[in-house]
Amino acid sequence: MSKIAPITVNVDEALALDKYEVDEANAHIEVDLEGDLEEFLKLVRVCPAALYKIDEEGNRSFDYAGCLECGTCRIACGDTIIKKWENPQPTMGVEYRFG
Amino acid sequence: MAELPERDFEVIVIGSGCAGAVAAYVAASAGKSVLVIERGNFAGAKNMTGGRIYSHSLKKVFPDFEQEAPLERKITHERIAMLNSDSEMTIDFTSPVLAEEGKDSYSVLRGPFDQWLAEKAESAGAEYIYGIAVEELLKDESGAVIGVRAGEDEISANVVILAEGCNPILSEKCLGNPRPKASQMAVGIKQVFELPASTIEDRFLCPEGEGAAMLFVGDCTHGSVGGGFLYTNKESISLGLVATISIAEDGSRNEVPVYQMLEDFKNHPAVAPIIRGGKLVEHSGHMVPEGGYNMVPQYVFDGCLVAGETAGLCMNMGYQVRGMDFAVASGQFAGEAAVAALDAGDTSAAGLASYKQKMEGSFVMKDLQTFSKWPHVMEEWDSMFNDYPTMVAEIFNAMFSVDGQPQQPLMKRMMPIVKKRGLFKLGGEVRKAVKAL
Ligand SMILES: Cc1cc2nc3c(=O)[nH]c(=O)nc-3n(C[C@H](O)[C@H](O)[C@H](O)COP(=O)(O)OP(=O)(O)OC[C@H]3O[C@@H](n4cnc5c(N)ncnc54)[C@H](O)[C@@H]3O)c2cc1C
Ligand code: SF4
Repeated sequence: MSKIAPITVNVDEALALDKYEVDEANAHIEVDLEGDLEEFLKLVRVCPAALYKIDEEGNRSFDYAGCLECGTCRIACGDTIIKKWENPQPTMGVEYRFG
Repeated sequence: MAELPERDFEVIVIGSGCAGAVAAYVAASAGKSVLVIERGNFAGAKNMTGGRIYSHSLKKVFPDFEQEAPLERKITHERIAMLNSDSEMTIDFTSPVLAEEGKDSYSVLRGPFDQWLAEKAESAGAEYIYGIAVEELLKDESGAVIGVRAGEDEISANVVILAEGCNPILSEKCLGNPRPKASQMAVGIKQVFELPASTIEDRFLCPEGEGAAMLFVGDCTHGSVGGGFLYTNKESISLGLVATISIAEDGSRNEVPVYQMLEDFKNHPAVAPIIRGGKLVEHSGHMVPEGGYNMVPQYVFDGCLVAGETAGLCMNMGYQVRGMDFAVASGQFAGEAAVAALDAGDTSAAGLASYKQKMEGSFVMKDLQTFSKWPHVMEEWDSMFNDYPTMVAEIFNAMFSVDGQPQQPLMKRMMPIVKKRGLFKLGGEVRKAVKAL
């Protein structure tokens, strides 16, 4: 298994400053959490919102709620473990004030 | 004149970023009926840039943009910094040439900036629908694009201008263009810090209203291909990183998640003092196409033109990022080509071909072509990101530090440092890079 460097930052605190309209009913991105581990580790490294997580026991998780809609996970793993990547439903998702 | 079929609109524009809003403005100003569909609840809501816009192409469409547009600061200081893990060497360049009309550039924030562009399009007569994404391009039996579907609604048009940005979902799904590869795209991550205007001016030694652009190479991405950027806004600083996805994702070349790279970058002794006391107000992420000329897809179709980053128009040169000036110019050309095709009554690919001529005849395709080898050189050029910043640190440490021991002559101190890397390898790499520029 390839490695992930130690994480000292809590990105959730930074995301809490962003404005979101979270679509509780519909996940606009779906990932196969049982898929190839190396593919998942790619997502851990490239998602700028730190939404793909793996803990010390190797448990994987993904939470679409903080998504910045950048599309990076689609480019990295759109052919492998990203099962769905759509724009959020009307009026939903992130809303930048500065950008 | 040939008769065009009756449609809901003459032009539908998908996406109100730099390319889409300008295309809509140009077509609406020529009296065409235009509908813009933007997935954000307002223009700019989903957009992020570094960023600084080179104004030359904006000036052509909006001659009074300096008075009208929500510009942050005129960029009159260019800084390039080479970072080692704990050292930094910065070049700070300023010159009146940077401020000359036609060569001037401005920092912008896309929230306010894109809303201004959209207002221009709306006041020229374009209609807007916000808060809904187009899901499909509608086609007739011959495969020509004849409209769009968004949710339950199908809306028809004679020409569709697709300006959906760097994540080209519709271009792939409905026009058959390839998905950009991970080696052709970078992930960008950015934070905005609020600071008083006077503090910014003091920290960057700038006159009031003017500002600095700063690019960082070296340890900011811990050795993967990429770099840091910093732009001064009126009362905030935009600070971020860009890293090529194929390298950042690859555990054999990089173990540090991009958000941790940003954290380390912010804590670097050369960066922390710049944002000291700044209040973090936004965290954002966005991709940057960096495949250059070789990733430009087909961009003229029957009934449809592709503009801006959806057409791969962006250059990441390491010392310079350009995408917005390309987006504005391509939006203008797409708008003009749509108008010409509508006037001539032929919106087939042949009727819309003036778009291609304008793109190829202008800086847009010429610059992409001139620098087409650069992305490849950057990718191969690990030294730029690892060896050189370290070498620079060693050279300056040898030059500036005095410890009371009897000193060697300067040359004697320098040569071992340079020799360690191989003078020929260094010379060869620099030559290759300069050739690609
Ligand atoms: C970190 C970073 C730094 C950068 N720095 C610079 C810089 O300093 N200078 C520079 O010139 N460029 C820079 N760029 C590049 C620049 O931001 C882009 O090239 C430019 O924004 C592209 O404009 P566009 O109109 O093609 O796309 P965008 O501005 O992305 O606009 C696309 C629009 O389409 C909308 N949209 C997408 N899909 C749909 C859909 N299905 N339905 C409806 N609407 C849709 C989006 O919401 C968006 O408003 C940078 C980019 C990044 C990420
Ligand atoms: S789109 Fe971007 S922010 Fe959202 S999950 Fe994918 S990589 Fe993360």
